[in-house]
Parts: sequence; structure tokens; C-alpha cells
Amino acid sequence: MKNHILSGIKLTLVCIVFFAGVYTLFIWGIAQLAPNNGKGEIVTYKGKTYYSNIGQAFTAPKYFNSRPSAVNYNSAGSGGSNKGPSNPEYLAEVQKRIDTFLIQNPGISKSAVPAELVTASGSGLDPDISVQAAKVQVNRIAKIRAIEPQKLYQLIIENTQQPVLGLFGPEKINVLQLNIALDKLQS
Amino acid sequence: MMNTEIIGIIAMFAITLVAALPLGKYIAKVYSGQRTFLDPVFNPIEKLFFKSSGIDATKEMNWKQHMIALLAINVVWFVLGMAVLLCQGWLPLNPDQNPNMTPDLAFNTIISFLVNCNLQHYSGETGVSYLSQLFLMFLQFVSAGIGLAAAAVLFNALKERTTEKLGNFYNYFIKSCTRILLPISVITAVILLWNGTPMTFNGKDTMTTLQGDTVQVSTGPAAAFVAIKHVGTNGGGFFGANSAHPFENPNYVTNMTEMVAQMIIPFAMIFALGFYLNRHKLSWMIFSVMTIGFLALAVPTIVTEINGNPAIAEMGINTTQGATEGKETRFGAAASGYWSIATTVISTGSVNSMHDSAMPLSGMNQLLAMMVNCFYGGCGVGILNFYIFIILAVFISGLMVGRTPEFLGKKIEAREMKISMIIALLHPFLILVGTALSTAFPEQGASTLNNPGFHGFSEILYEYTSSAANNGSGFEGLGDNNPWWNITTGIVLLLSRFLPIIGPIAIAGILAAKKHIPESAGTLKTDTATFGLMTFAVIAIIAALSFFPALTLGPIAEYFSMK
Repeated sequence: MKNHILSGIKLTLVCIVFFAGVYTLFIWGIAQLAPNNGKGEIVTYKGKTYYSNIGQAFTAPKYFNSRPSAVNYNSAGSGGSNKGPSNPEYLAEVQKRIDTFLIQNPGISKSAVPAELVTASGSGLDPDISVQAAKVQVNRIAKIRAIEPQKLYQLIIENTQQPVLGLFGPEKINVLQLNIALDKLQS
Repeated sequence: MMNTEIIGIIAMFAITLVAALPLGKYIAKVYSGQRTFLDPVFNPIEKLFFKSSGIDATKEMNWKQHMIALLAINVVWFVLGMAVLLCQGWLPLNPDQNPNMTPDLAFNTIISFLVNCNLQHYSGETGVSYLSQLFLMFLQFVSAGIGLAAAAVLFNALKERTTEKLGNFYNYFIKSCTRILLPISVITAVILLWNGTPMTFNGKDTMTTLQGDTVQVSTGPAAAFVAIKHVGTNGGGFFGANSAHPFENPNYVTNMTEMVAQMIIPFAMIFALGFYLNRHKLSWMIFSVMTIGFLALAVPTIVTEINGNPAIAEMGINTTQGATEGKETRFGAAASGYWSIATTVISTGSVNSMHDSAMPLSGMNQLLAMMVNCFYGGCGVGILNFYIFIILAVFISGLMVGRTPEFLGKKIEAREMKISMIIALLHPFLILVGTALSTAFPEQGASTLNNPGFHGFSEILYEYTSSAANNGSGFEGLGDNNPWWNITTGIVLLLSRFLPIIGPIAIAGILAAKKHIPESAGTLKTDTATFGLMTFAVIAIIAALSFFPALTLGPIAEYFSMK
């Protein structure tokens, strides 16, 4: 046992140098060749930079709103609500979100509201919404911004990201990208 | 649109299977010491490893010496790890100024990474420094290497000969890390980098949003970490939200990559066994049993998640996206459901959606996947767990048809059966005792729950099941960072890691030393569909008898209460 402990200590030190040190530096080195030097994808708009993958809280009615978040899109942390599907308190909250949404978006029928707009994501930082979730918000935004709804539908089509190779996964819309495009329409 | 989600899942499974076959062949070559194309790179590196630690990697060991070496090096890692986590606030590489860990949390965290579980009672953003993250990443490599090395000892012991000498532990261990885990991790990390996963040491960034709010953004050396987290079936997230976090898993391409990365070694190990022993039919028998088990859990889960939450559908809104609570839009309900079962059958425990918010029957299947714990299973240990069930099935079918129970030319006798039964029953014992204790003391159990009623009970059950399966996922609503949860799950983790490694290796070692009986007309064939069915039945019966009452109190009751 003693011999094994001793050689274990030595082997551990070499392994730490190799797997925590050399491997990490190697990947970090490769990262310097990757897009944005491995600091995460960014978009620049009006001289400001944003992480395109990190969702933002869009609560103002003039923007396409993002999904509810258990961490309020504060990306110093992350996480979901972890509410169980039958939790009465949770279901009451979802009902409240539906009611609020219908008040903010008059003329929209309840059956058009997609569940994802009234439920929180897993990370609390979901950058995307579905096409349907963007479409139900068009009337509200068109009214506030005094734009033709048709233009907004066009914007949604332009910003829809197709499944990978057209084959794998859902289609989605990056809310930040869509809202930047929206601001650009009127600037 | 649902169609592309389904095609995505099928592609993930197919790519894994296609890639696992050549990888299995490669792994068999590594463990049997044959030449491989990576020799020029790794021969000198490994020589350096052994020379500087004074290890003779050619000295053969018997099964007991293997286990002593394995336990000894784990003790070293435990002591060193405690020191790092308890002092991380004073050590370098801590740009976010995170404080030292409390002793009970450090105890839980180190054990959990030591045993390849990665149950995390902290959040990566606030709980650990970058130095600690790198140390935990080191443990992700070596703990997976330990599991693989143990499986290599099993492979060696299953050869048809009579011997006590079963190769060298350090040789198997280092080669698993350098020749198997490292190359796949590098490939995975590079794919992640090009899709937006960060690899930086700069610490938190501050960003003003388009709407004008100021938020902080946690980053870090995530790409290197997330790669081995999956390749080693570890599952511990760099960030709190694990692979639901848009930095850990930025898009559907990374989602597919991480899914393949975590399943490929468990798949490949099954085929490696076939190549190593030249028994391909046996491999396919094992793979078929495991795959049937996996699909039996995955398909209903995917369907349930696609159908959505009936309680929300009742409110009259559009639920065509499925159950969306706790899920990311970029993955969708189908890929989230698939991931939740993949990560629980193998022992990864990384999540791309929050299991606590999954539908009751999905939660039940996630639990069942960990309760069985041998449909594919974790790096190396999956095969060890399955081996126990093979021994049980050989014995039972031997009795049924009146033949002496033999497996690969070795007679199975009372001692081996006793060990198998102890190991098979240890798993339900640890889960149920832990759950019962936490339920019995509401100030420890019930007071920490995030949900009332049946679902709350499921949170307790899930935590111990995940610990005993060395899985690491959680019903994360549970307020688990306190001495009760940290210490009890820590103990469960230790027992459920090392005993299920020692047990099968002991059996294999004892059998290897026995006289080899050549195959004859009277031998029970173990590479047939009939025997596969028998093994499946043994697994299903043990799981059903042990866990049905507990599942009835949790997810099944919740399911019926929602109707």
C-alpha cells in the first residue's frame, strides 16, 4: 500500500501537469485561432458588443420579448425554475403569465400563445424563441412602432435559422439578432 | 418541424454507433498492447509518465494488487482535492474572487468528481475558482481512466486460460487517459470552440444589453472542460445550468457533438470486448440487450415530452412545442427528452434541460435508467455492472436447464454468486435507505424541497438514485448544499463507486484462476438471443422488485394525480 501511495503521488503530479496543464494550454492555444479568440461569439451594433449566444431580457413592448427566466437573464449565474409539472403554485404563475400576455397583446387569441413564451428555459439564458413566438408579438410591435405588420413578418422570415443542414433540430430565431434588425429598420 | 427534431435524434444514435465500431477495435488494440497509429505520439509521453513516477508498467498484477493500486491513488486524489477546494480563495486563477468551499461541500464535491459522478451542490459561476475547475477537470480525466482500467482488467480476466496475472494497473490506467480519453476530448473541444464555447481566463465580463440593462457574463476555460466532461461520462457542468447553458452547448451542432461524445466510449467498450476476446457475437448480444433497454426508456420519454404538459394544455394555449419548462428552444422537446435518458443510462449526468421540470413519466424513466445502471453505463463501469447481471443470468439459466453454470469456460460457484448478489442488492439498498432516512426526517428532507407532494418525494429519490448510480444529474430544485445532503450523498457515492468495481473484478479474478473447461455440447451458450432475453429478464425483475414501491410514491402517483 505504502509503495502504491508513493508512486501514486508522483504519478498524480505528472498527470496534473499533463491533463490540467498541457491539455488546457493546448486547447487555449487552438482557441486563439477560433472565431473571436475563443471568447464566445459576439455581435456588434452601434459600437457596442453583445454575446450572441447569451439571451437578454427583452421586456419592453417595442421589442420582441424573450422567454421568462428563472435568473432574470443575469448571466453571472444560470438555471431553470425547477418547478415540477404538477406544482399548483407554478401552474398559477403560468396562468398569470398567459393573462399578462393577452393584456399586452390585445386581439391575440389564447390558442395562438405558444407555451414557451410563458415557461422558463433550462439555463435562464435562452437566446432563442420559436417562429410562432415571434409571430404572435407582431401586432403589438407594429402598433407601437407604427410599422406595417407585413414588414415585421418579412423580418421574421429573414431571421429564422433553419435546422442544421435543413435536417437536424428545430428552427429558431435569435431574439437579439431579430431586435437589432428591428431597430435597424427605423434608424 | 417535429420531423427535423426526430431526424436529429436518429442521427445522433446512428453516428455514435458507426463511430463506436472502429473505436472499439482501437480500444481492444490499446489494451492488448498491439501497435496503433498513435504509438509515435504516446509511447514517449507514457514512458515519461512511468519513469518520473518510478513505476514498472510491465509488472503483472493479480486482482487484489490491481484493487490496492486503484484505491491508493484515489486516496491521494481525495486528500489533494480537499486541499485545493478548501483553499481556492487564497490560490491563484480566481478572477471572480470566489470564496473557499465549506468543508462539507468540499467533501461532497471531491468525492463526487473522484467517483466519476459529478453531483454538484455548487454552481460553477460562484462556487469554484478557475484553478479548482482545472483540478476538477483533471479528476474528470483520471476518474474515467480508472473505470476504463477496471474494465480492461475484466477483459484480461475473461481470456480463456488459467492465470492470476491480469496485466498492470498503471499501464491500463495511463493508456486509457492518454490514448482513449485525450484524443476524443481534443476533437470535441475543437468543435465546441468553433461553435462559440469560450476558452478564456479573463473572468466575468460586463455587458449592457440592447434594452439598456447592465448584466455580468460568466465565462472561463469552458471548452476544454466540457469536452472531457462528456467523453469521460462525468457530466459536471462548468456553469450551473450545465449543457443547457448557451456557452456550454451553444447550438444543435454542439448538442449532437456532446451527445455523441458522451455515448461513444460506453458503446465502444462493448465492441472492444468482442474484438479483445474475439467473441463478436457476445458483444452484439450485450449491445442488443442494452439498446432494447435504452429504447424502452427513451421512446416513451420523447413522446411524453413532445406531447407537453396536459395541465398547461388545459389553459388553452398552444403546446405544439411540447413541454417547454426547463428546456431550451434551440434543442426542442425531442432532443431534450432523448438527452435526459441518454445521460441517465450512461453515467454522465450532464443535462440539456432541467429534469425536475420533466413530465412525471419522463422523470420515472430517468430514475429507472439510473436504477438499472447498466444499459451501456459509464466509462468502463457500465460493462462491470452488466457483468454482474450476466453472472446472475448464467446461474439462474444453468439451474433452469440443469447444467453447471459456466461463463466463458469457467465454472461459477457459491463464492462468485454471493459477491454478485451483494453487488446487485447494494444499489437498491443505498438508494432506498437514503431516501427513507431523508423522508423520515422532514427537517432534513422535506424542508429542502422545491416542489410539494409526490414530486417532492421524487426529488429526494432522484438525489440518492443519482448518487448511487454515480450519475450526477439532479432534480435540481432540491436545496442540497447543506451538511445533511452533502455528507449522506457523499457516503452513498463512495460505497456505490468502489464496491461495484471491486465486486466484479474479484469475481473475474477468482474465475480467471480457475481451471478452464473447454466448450462442449453441454455448455450453455451465452452469446444467443435466448440468453440475452434471460439477462434482460434478470435486470428487469431485480429493478421492478426493488424500486416499484418507491416509484409508485413518486412519479407514478404524480402522473395519476394529473389525469
